[in-house]
Amino acid sequence: MSMSKMRYSRRSLLKGGAAAFAASALPAPMIWAQEIKDVTLRQFGTGVSNLNEVAQKVKEDLGFTLEMTALDSDAVTQRAATQPDSFDIADIEYWIAKKVWPTGNLQAMDTSKIANYGKIVGIFRDGKLTPESTIAQGTAPHTVGFTSGPGGTDFAAEETGWMTLIPTIYNADTLGIRPDLIGRPIESWTELLNPEFAGKASLLDISSIGIMDAAMVCEAMGEIQYGDKGNMTRDEIDRTMAIMTEAKRAGQFRSFWKTFDESVNLMASGEVVIQSMWSPAITAVKSRGIPCVYQPLKEGYRSWGGGIGLSSSLSGLPLDAAYEYINWYLSGWVGGFLMRQGYYSAVPETSKAFMSPNEWGYWFEGKPAAEPISSPFGDVLAQPGEVRDGGSFHERMGHVACWNSVMDENQYMVRKWNEFIAA
Amino acid sequence: MPPETLSLAGSAGTPPLARPAAPRRASWRGSRHLTGWLLAAPLALVLALFLVAPIAMIAVVSFWTATEFSIVPAFSLENYQFLLGSGVTWRVLLNTVKYAAITWAITLTLGFTVAYFLAFHVRSQAWQTALFLLCTIPFWTSNIIRMISWIPFLGREGIANSALLSWGVIDQPLDWLLFSDFSVILAFVHLYTLFMVVPIFNTMMRIDRRLLEAASDAGASGLQTLRHVVLPLTRPGIMIGTIFVLTLVMGDFITVRFMSGSQSANVGRLIQNDIGLLQYPSASATSVLLLIVTLMVIGVLLRLVDIRKEL
Repeated sequence: MSMSKMRYSRRSLLKGGAAAFAASALPAPMIWAQEIKDVTLRQFGTGVSNLNEVAQKVKEDLGFTLEMTALDSDAVTQRAATQPDSFDIADIEYWIAKKVWPTGNLQAMDTSKIANYGKIVGIFRDGKLTPESTIAQGTAPHTVGFTSGPGGTDFAAEETGWMTLIPTIYNADTLGIRPDLIGRPIESWTELLNPEFAGKASLLDISSIGIMDAAMVCEAMGEIQYGDKGNMTRDEIDRTMAIMTEAKRAGQFRSFWKTFDESVNLMASGEVVIQSMWSPAITAVKSRGIPCVYQPLKEGYRSWGGGIGLSSSLSGLPLDAAYEYINWYLSGWVGGFLMRQGYYSAVPETSKAFMSPNEWGYWFEGKPAAEPISSPFGDVLAQPGEVRDGGSFHERMGHVACWNSVMDENQYMVRKWNEFIAA
Repeated sequence: MPPETLSLAGSAGTPPLARPAAPRRASWRGSRHLTGWLLAAPLALVLALFLVAPIAMIAVVSFWTATEFSIVPAFSLENYQFLLGSGVTWRVLLNTVKYAAITWAITLTLGFTVAYFLAFHVRSQAWQTALFLLCTIPFWTSNIIRMISWIPFLGREGIANSALLSWGVIDQPLDWLLFSDFSVILAFVHLYTLFMVVPIFNTMMRIDRRLLEAASDAGASGLQTLRHVVLPLTRPGIMIGTIFVLTLVMGDFITVRFMSGSQSANVGRLIQNDIGLLQYPSASATSVLLLIVTLMVIGVLLRLVDIRKEL
């Protein structure tokens, strides 16, 4: 019922779009402004950036309606790959794009229409944070960020002017620890399998990300040297899973987690003292008054990036509205909102205007907080004098060892991961 | 799982024709048949649409192949080859059966005891009803909530451990209370015991009390009456409860995931993982395997007790 209604309104929107196009050919901007108010864009993605605050602000600033649906990353992939008509905007991660883009369900975006394109961080353009940085292993965003042209379903090696996703949000992930329950410095990924934490460690049970964390551990232990942790050979997968299975049988892990809330509860309850974690989960534990550190490790971070993709069925006025939305997204307010939660914006310099110098200094520059730092939701996250775990943007994003990825041997890896969980 | 159970009961429980005696007029017989067909049609239609068709679809898809993000219609035995050739499948299947067997044994003991108490020890019918309703109170909340509420209770810093520590029973928190087979089975028992109590209580209430008096008059001890009179007469109830509990436990995925902290797997979790990774054909093949195993178990049970005859 609601589906057919939506279709109907979509069709009428497209008609409206045609009218608006005719109108925009003539000098009648008033009609445009009124038409765009009727536009509804349906966005879906993982919970990270699908925030109602963003939808509200879109309504205020741009006038049209943005409907948000938050799903887990499996469901996001599924929907983007199989139901192109069910969304207008896909807010997905770059490694998901590697799976979804070849289906042709998303359309290439013209970078000449993106006002701040020139200011987007190098990671998403030529892959380099600074001219001298080396590109990390895995599905680095720039490798799946461009396509050959409109209608392309391939990936281009360099900047072509046609983007698959417009980068919006990214971060560097590492292990979360409970410093109060560990009581000594943690410096390496090897600590996840340290028998000292037997029965008190956890790993996330999302195969494509979990295997990376496992690989970081195995490599740090000196057990395995990977060609590319983001694209392992069968042999590398086998050896990684063998080490992890042995640890599992020996009772190293307390639990595996699949959702954000599970990871927060495991850590906050003290069931687990060291585990793979996402940065907002650390924030959530801290806001309960429990000490929790997003521990920088000497081997580097496992990083991920997300972006906005447009459904291939989007055209006319809604498409124009979508471009307007993207330009607004990169213009700073959302960036500031996300950066105050510990993520990074694709165009950090525009976000600066939407953050206080104290917040900018703490989150981006790695300076000690001058005043208490609070999240956009009002929770106090850091007291004066405290420094962000891992330091500045360049310090953190400059130490990425690997990007979240999809492997060529993905199916094999998934089967091995299942065996590990069942072992 | 209950729909399968229902259909089984339905197909096994088709009422037999009243009498083989030939009716007098052919036209009368025709219309009688027509009425029968019409009466059966709505249920048959519902079952065909919502039970038979989906299962047939699952069976068909189980022979298809899949890539990362697309499903390719084909006739391939690859899914089954991988499934039956993998040691993990058998280990997981064994684990599923182990959970089912242990849960069954515990729920049966508990269920039988509770039902026996309600049926034979509580004399007033008002009390019987009241106590029976008391058993159902936990069912007023969702079973996921009932399950998850065990987690803070059993955790390392949970109520159970802190109580045991403060009583001095233990000096180290017990790790195996949570995220272990123990917690999985505990949750299953908690969730499903009522499914044993209800049918057993129901059959016990139908036992003619004069049989118990007769047994006692004939000199049988309490235990002997229980073993030779009550137990045989409650068999259909036990069997129905068994079918409920076994199908529920064998089809479960969420309890195992939460209560074992994703550390253990049963067949349901294999299916769930496959679905999450868009491997529908492989998920279908696993479902078909699970369905066959479950039907086999139930088939054996139905051979042991003819429910239709005994009800």
